[in-house]
Amino acid sequence: MGFQVFVAFGPWNLLLLLVALECSEASSDLNESTNSTTRHEPNVQFAAASSEPDENIPVFVLDYDYVQIPYEVTLWILLASLAKIGFHLYRRLPGLMPESCLLIIVGALVGAIIFGTDHKSPPVMDSSIYFLYLLPPIVLESGYFMPTRPFFENIGSILWWAGLGALINAFGIGLSLYLICQIKAFGLSDVNLLQNLLFGSLISAVDPVAVLAVFEEARVNEPLYMMIFGEALLNDGISVVLYNILIAFTKMHKFEDIEPVDILAGCARFVIVGVGGVFFGIIFGFISAFITRFTQNISAIEPLIVFMFSYLSYLVAETLYLSGILAITACAVTMKKYVEENVSQTSYTTIKYFMKMLSSVSETLIFIFMGVSTVGKNHEWNWAFICFTLVFCQVWRAISVFALFYVSNQFRTSPFSIKDQCIIFYSGVRGAGSFSLAFLLPLSLFPRKKMFVTATLVVIYFTVFIQGITIGPLVRYLDVKKTNKKESINEELHIRLMDHLKAGIEDVCGQWSHYQVRDKFKKFDHRYLRKILIRKNLPKSSIVSLYKKLEMKQAIEMVETGILSSTAFSVPQLAQRIQGTKRLSPEDVESMRDLLTHNMYQVRQRTLSYNKYNLKPQTSEKQAKEILIRRQNTLRESMRKGHSLPWGEPAGAKNIRYLSFPYGHPQPASRHRRVAEFTDNDSSDSERPSIMFKEHSQRDLPQERYPTQEIIPMKSLYRGRKPTNFRYQRNTSQEEHVGQGRRAALRPKPLFRAVDEEYESGEESAEEASAIGPGWPPEHRPSREHHKSHSPLLRRK
Amino acid sequence: MVHDHDFKGHLHGDNFQISLVSHSQITRLYSRFTSLDKGENGTLSREDFQRIPELAINPLGDRIINAFFPEGEDQVNFRGFMRTLAHFRPIEDNEKSKDVNGPEPLNSRSNKLHFAFRLYDLDKDDKISRDELLQVLRMMVGVNISDEQLGSIADRTIQEADQDGDSAISFTEFVKVLEKVDVEQKMSIRFLH
Repeated sequence: MGFQVFVAFGPWNLLLLLVALECSEASSDLNESTNSTTRHEPNVQFAAASSEPDENIPVFVLDYDYVQIPYEVTLWILLASLAKIGFHLYRRLPGLMPESCLLIIVGALVGAIIFGTDHKSPPVMDSSIYFLYLLPPIVLESGYFMPTRPFFENIGSILWWAGLGALINAFGIGLSLYLICQIKAFGLSDVNLLQNLLFGSLISAVDPVAVLAVFEEARVNEPLYMMIFGEALLNDGISVVLYNILIAFTKMHKFEDIEPVDILAGCARFVIVGVGGVFFGIIFGFISAFITRFTQNISAIEPLIVFMFSYLSYLVAETLYLSGILAITACAVTMKKYVEENVSQTSYTTIKYFMKMLSSVSETLIFIFMGVSTVGKNHEWNWAFICFTLVFCQVWRAISVFALFYVSNQFRTSPFSIKDQCIIFYSGVRGAGSFSLAFLLPLSLFPRKKMFVTATLVVIYFTVFIQGITIGPLVRYLDVKKTNKKESINEELHIRLMDHLKAGIEDVCGQWSHYQVRDKFKKFDHRYLRKILIRKNLPKSSIVSLYKKLEMKQAIEMVETGILSSTAFSVPQLAQRIQGTKRLSPEDVESMRDLLTHNMYQVRQRTLSYNKYNLKPQTSEKQAKEILIRRQNTLRESMRKGHSLPWGEPAGAKNIRYLSFPYGHPQPASRHRRVAEFTDNDSSDSERPSIMFKEHSQRDLPQERYPTQEIIPMKSLYRGRKPTNFRYQRNTSQEEHVGQGRRAALRPKPLFRAVDEEYESGEESAEEASAIGPGWPPEHRPSREHHKSHSPLLRRK
Repeated sequence: MVHDHDFKGHLHGDNFQISLVSHSQITRLYSRFTSLDKGENGTLSREDFQRIPELAINPLGDRIINAFFPEGEDQVNFRGFMRTLAHFRPIEDNEKSKDVNGPEPLNSRSNKLHFAFRLYDLDKDDKISRDELLQVLRMMVGVNISDEQLGSIADRTIQEADQDGDSAISFTEFVKVLEKVDVEQKMSIRFLH
């Protein structure tokens, strides 16, 4: 297996090298040729024709300068993408090292090539480009994918940890390094306090999310995830704010002139910048949410609105010297909830993917730059500075983690264990942020900039490679509590059952929150904000249409492959007669147990699954789909059969069919037929189609007129006679709480917003009940509406 | 809230041992109960439970819902709701000594196991038959396992557990199989963070 994969990896490797060589060859060859032409004419395109009139018109001209920058940038990005493909092909790698490792290696490779071919790399990265174009997508992506409920639940701890932690780290490292610099022997005495502080602030910008993928499988609990996320989110913003303030200090004063007043002003500025940024972000978030309310007819511009408003918030904040990063983060967090419900399904997907794409492009470019900087001549290696930087980074992070968490644990109801704190400490991996800030230090103010850059690079390489690779085993080591004792099949099965049961009961109990503020916000949100910001009468409830899409797909699959065909059901009757069944060999038992383990559904995880570099189709989504569809099918089947529960309950008034109850002998053929019929019945009303299931009512309908699959538009639903007429409105009820278009059940992330439904469903049903038609239309035959319209359902805008 | 006091008193009076749930927990659960209760008639129906989206994708969702409803009924009031949830209260250390006197608390290990057992045993004959086991297996397993394989897994499961040779798992056998498993921890929920 390993060899096979290696072989697969091999060709990619070769491909990478080929591409790289090609690029360098091309560039170095063309350098000479274009250099000569540029000497004559600035406008190279017409050079050949006009500058040397006595030559023939060349048939073939190469114009490299014209495309140099975009060409090389594109090549780099492609190279990184190919490397990522190779990385993921070899399945074990992503679990071993974070993807940033890969990007750094690619960057170093490109740097080596550029250095080797003596090519002048295009000056793509300078201060304005970084801050205006490269940084916002990265921050936007991390803000957008932040799961809001856990974030706000832990917001106290997160602010305390991220804010104070960044400050402590920055000042701690800066001051310690300053003290080191005072020691004459190291030759660093020209680095003054401000410069050290600045260095401290930029080196404390961590990127812990990069390592999350590595220890994802170890069940990291939700609060821990949130701390890491929250830190990553706020850390960049705080570092940049500090950085800017300190640069301003450096510019304005010589060190000796700084008075306490200035320091106070600096602190005040810090707070204002932070809070102001957040404020602007929230405003822009609301504006963009409001605008998406009206875009139902041109859904193609919805992603545009989302991105432009976020970017605008960043720019406006930057104009006012507020923190653009915090602004764009706040904008993303605010608008996400409402935008998700307003935009169409495809726009939602587009937004997600585009965000990932933009942020990964930015990050790739930054890492390439890092690589280019690494392999080069502009380094200044100072042993003392670099070593002490490394040491102090770890030391101060440890101090800040343990001290701050000790304090915040006193106030938390679920304190973080030492193990959690160790994980947080060890996940202090530096990333693209620190490098960019170091790279962009103005040389005029920092004569020893090269040393800073070198030190930053060393810290990044060290933390990413060494910490990144070892954090996986460390977490697994810390996490190992269960013994490796093999459990019997019984134990496996029953334990899994109990896990599901526990998860189910927890869901029944609902989410818990201590924060009165949050509850109040929810009420306010529901009463006012949603009315303003969410579309009225969402014409298509995406979950229902998605659901129907899935069902049709499932139905088609079933017809084609007969996956759920249960012909084997007759066999067990015989097998049961055979007492003392065959003795299974241990290997059989083993394989059986493995089979069971691998195929049982996972318990719904409350912890989040976030991958910075990829939007994986969630396996839990697939599982959820299977479960939902199976329920739907078995329910339909059982209702169609009309079997009463086998232990003799009268098929009377209150027979409610439940999926998991046995319904006698299923007949796969008829089920398929029934399903096919169902698909035929898809009505033309794409407006809120809902599937109505009506079981035996007191009127005792005859079987043939049993309208099991009926799609009736929401408007004509009649919910009369509630207590006795047990209308099984499962999809309707799903619609109620999803009525605003939340893709609740089928997307793992919004599942954590169960509390919302408390408020929504109540109002929805009230509205609905009042909008009833005059009467429940008499039993419709399923054949009444044959609108053969698969397309309206599949066709989303 | 006025109601929870009533309930608490009621619970005390009925000696359901639910009184050992704290006041704030009851308040919290009561507010959850009312938010689930769309019809606002003080009882929950099955549809109310089905509105919980996570339950919809829980493989055992329907059985869990069914566990809340007493035999043959379709509505559950708050007392019944709490009664079911009381099975999941963690076992406190100081209760273990109190065990001797009163009736066994709902959250004892045996009662917890019985709750799980009832998820399998629908016909309430105190035995998990092969068919019942197969149904649960099918619910809990993805589509990649064929029915024959599932059947043989079920057979093996019964074989491992069955001691009196009736090709079904009785409650005692069930308890015996799980004797090494920390059931108290697996089936306990902290009602407050």
